[in-house]
Amino acid sequence: MKNETLAIATEGLSKIYGSGNTEVIAMQDASVGVKHGEVVALLGPSGSGKSTFLTAVGLINAPTAGRVLINGEVVMDGPRAMTNLRKFRRSEIGYVFQKSNLIPFLNAVENVQIVMEINGYGVAEARRRALDLLEELGVRDRADNLPSMLSGGQQQRVAVARALANHPSIILADEPTAALDSQRGRQVMELFAQVAHDHGAGVIVVTHDQRALDIFDTLYEMEDGLIRRAEHSESATL
Amino acid sequence: MNLAAKDIRHNIGRFALTTVGIGMLLMVVMGMGGIYRGIVADATMLIDEIGADIWVVQKDTRGPFAEISRLPANLLYRVESVRGVEDVREFVFHTVQRDYEGSALRIAILGLSWPRDTGAWVSLIEGRPLVQNHYEMIADESLGLSLGEKIQLGKESYEVVGITKSMISAAGDGIGFVTAADALAIQFNTSGEALRLERAARKVRGENSDIGANMPILLEQASRASAELPAFSRPQISAVMASISPGVDPAQVIAKLEGWSDVSVYTSQGQRDLLLKGTVEKVRLQIGLFRVLLTIIAAIIMALILYTLTLDKIHTIALLKLVGAPNSRILGLIIQESLFIGVLGFGIAYLVGQRLFPNFPRRVILTNEDLLQLGMIVIVISIASSFLGIWKAMRVSPNEALS
Ligand SMILES: Nc1ncnc2c1ncn2[C@@H]1O[C@H](COP(=O)(O)OP(=O)(O)O)[C@@H](O)[C@H]1O
Ligand SMILES: [Mg+2]
Repeated sequence: MKNETLAIATEGLSKIYGSGNTEVIAMQDASVGVKHGEVVALLGPSGSGKSTFLTAVGLINAPTAGRVLINGEVVMDGPRAMTNLRKFRRSEIGYVFQKSNLIPFLNAVENVQIVMEINGYGVAEARRRALDLLEELGVRDRADNLPSMLSGGQQQRVAVARALANHPSIILADEPTAALDSQRGRQVMELFAQVAHDHGAGVIVVTHDQRALDIFDTLYEMEDGLIRRAEHSESATL
Repeated sequence: MNLAAKDIRHNIGRFALTTVGIGMLLMVVMGMGGIYRGIVADATMLIDEIGADIWVVQKDTRGPFAEISRLPANLLYRVESVRGVEDVREFVFHTVQRDYEGSALRIAILGLSWPRDTGAWVSLIEGRPLVQNHYEMIADESLGLSLGEKIQLGKESYEVVGITKSMISAAGDGIGFVTAADALAIQFNTSGEALRLERAARKVRGENSDIGANMPILLEQASRASAELPAFSRPQISAVMASISPGVDPAQVIAKLEGWSDVSVYTSQGQRDLLLKGTVEKVRLQIGLFRVLLTIIAAIIMALILYTLTLDKIHTIALLKLVGAPNSRILGLIIQESLFIGVLGFGIAYLVGQRLFPNFPRRVILTNEDLLQLGMIVIVISIASSFLGIWKAMRVSPNEALS
């Protein structure tokens, strides 16, 4: 059963950008565990290494040292990939980024649909489910619009739909609500929490939004590349 | 979902322009091949149409299609007397260029053996074959002459009585068919003043020689027309064409004629081969090289276009990698777009070419074989030229989706 292993575990993750004079230690000895069904917020000032951590866990930015385990399987050992990362990303991970990152020549529903097709769904089913997801996110009426015709908030909701499309076992979101008003932002966070609880996904959300922190099960804080656990009570001071 | 189709639809203007550009380039490549086919067809057309079995030409020459061949006109009768020869015709052929209605008119004059040959074998689109032995002409339509029109050549004017089509010399000039006698008259036309000067010069040469002093009668003869003088050669013909009686082995006739020390003999096929090996061979190489160059240029341009199209999609490709799309989907996107441009470009080349080529001054013949070959080449260069884009796409890191 999924619950017996951690959805996400990192062991001593470090990342050093550049070398010599330009060397930047972006992340040091980050060890974090996220259970299936757990929703984690990652807080911290700009430049503290949150994105570096998230992309290392998301298998798109190899760490300099340390290990990444997903569902108990070691997938990164230092900069070395231990498995077919692309296949892993395809089936296990859903991403949402600060910028919406939609494919410009596909309309809203196609942007969601493509992820399901890549995961082996038939076209008709992929489309139906993509429309359902858009419905859930309140952008069903924009299904046929190209990204360039959507507002920033609408684009972001399509991106969230896309992240959920492949039934991921982990969801990683980097400031996903920056382009949304606080009500929509809270809705998206609640949706993440719901997916985590209903499907047992492990969720990490980088956020600045203080008002939605009650949704999260666990808070982490990052500063100067160091990560530590924080309590709900102290979050007000962050 | 087909990503290539979606991308093309989204950037339709750009793809349309690119495809039209590639299409025009392919049309030129296509035209080059067609021009070559046209030249070969035009060059051998006369030999094929005239339908002689053997060609008797000046000794040791390769015949009138390769070089100058001169034979006395009476050779016709010597050849006719050979056993197994069914029919003989003289071949009188030369090109004249005259100013006509303000521009240069080049006519390849072909003499027909009147009265055996009235040009009945020439396929007419208008008018009739020759019915009298002087002053009539069958003209190729490319000469731009119309039925009933009269054109001055030499001292006489000739009436166009028939119009034919696609009767072109190897050099691309339209053919005018007249009787052999008229053809010789046109070829050996000399102005009255030149004749008078030549006669006066002859007289002076005679007076200065011992023979002239001893035999004054000769000086008198010198002022007559050169054709009437036994010491002057008569107008010469280029070749004698013969057809062989049915049931007779041409090799026998050829063997017999080759025994004569003043002529060489070829079969029609032999003349054809000599023609293709000679003048046309260089044209073939020239055009062939151009085709190769243009094909390479088309491939390079396509590669560059596909490369820039790929560069524009770096973000999309990174994103596809990020969400775990397999390489086949990304390669498919690039190759399908490439094939789309190539195949559609080929179609445009064909359609535009078909409308454009008939207006070219020389024949452009598109054979199915050539089209098929070019089609294959287009598919190969479409795939090959997408390699640069693919190489770039494979190097894209999913990270780049974040920037
Ligand atoms: N590609 C990179 N090359 C060099 N330095 C980088 C790169 N990405 C991030 N950094 C540096 O690493 C540190 C952490 O960055 P980041 O993880 O983006 O922080 P955050 O997301 O918390 O704002 C910063 O000092 C940043 O300048
Ligand atoms: Mg960041």
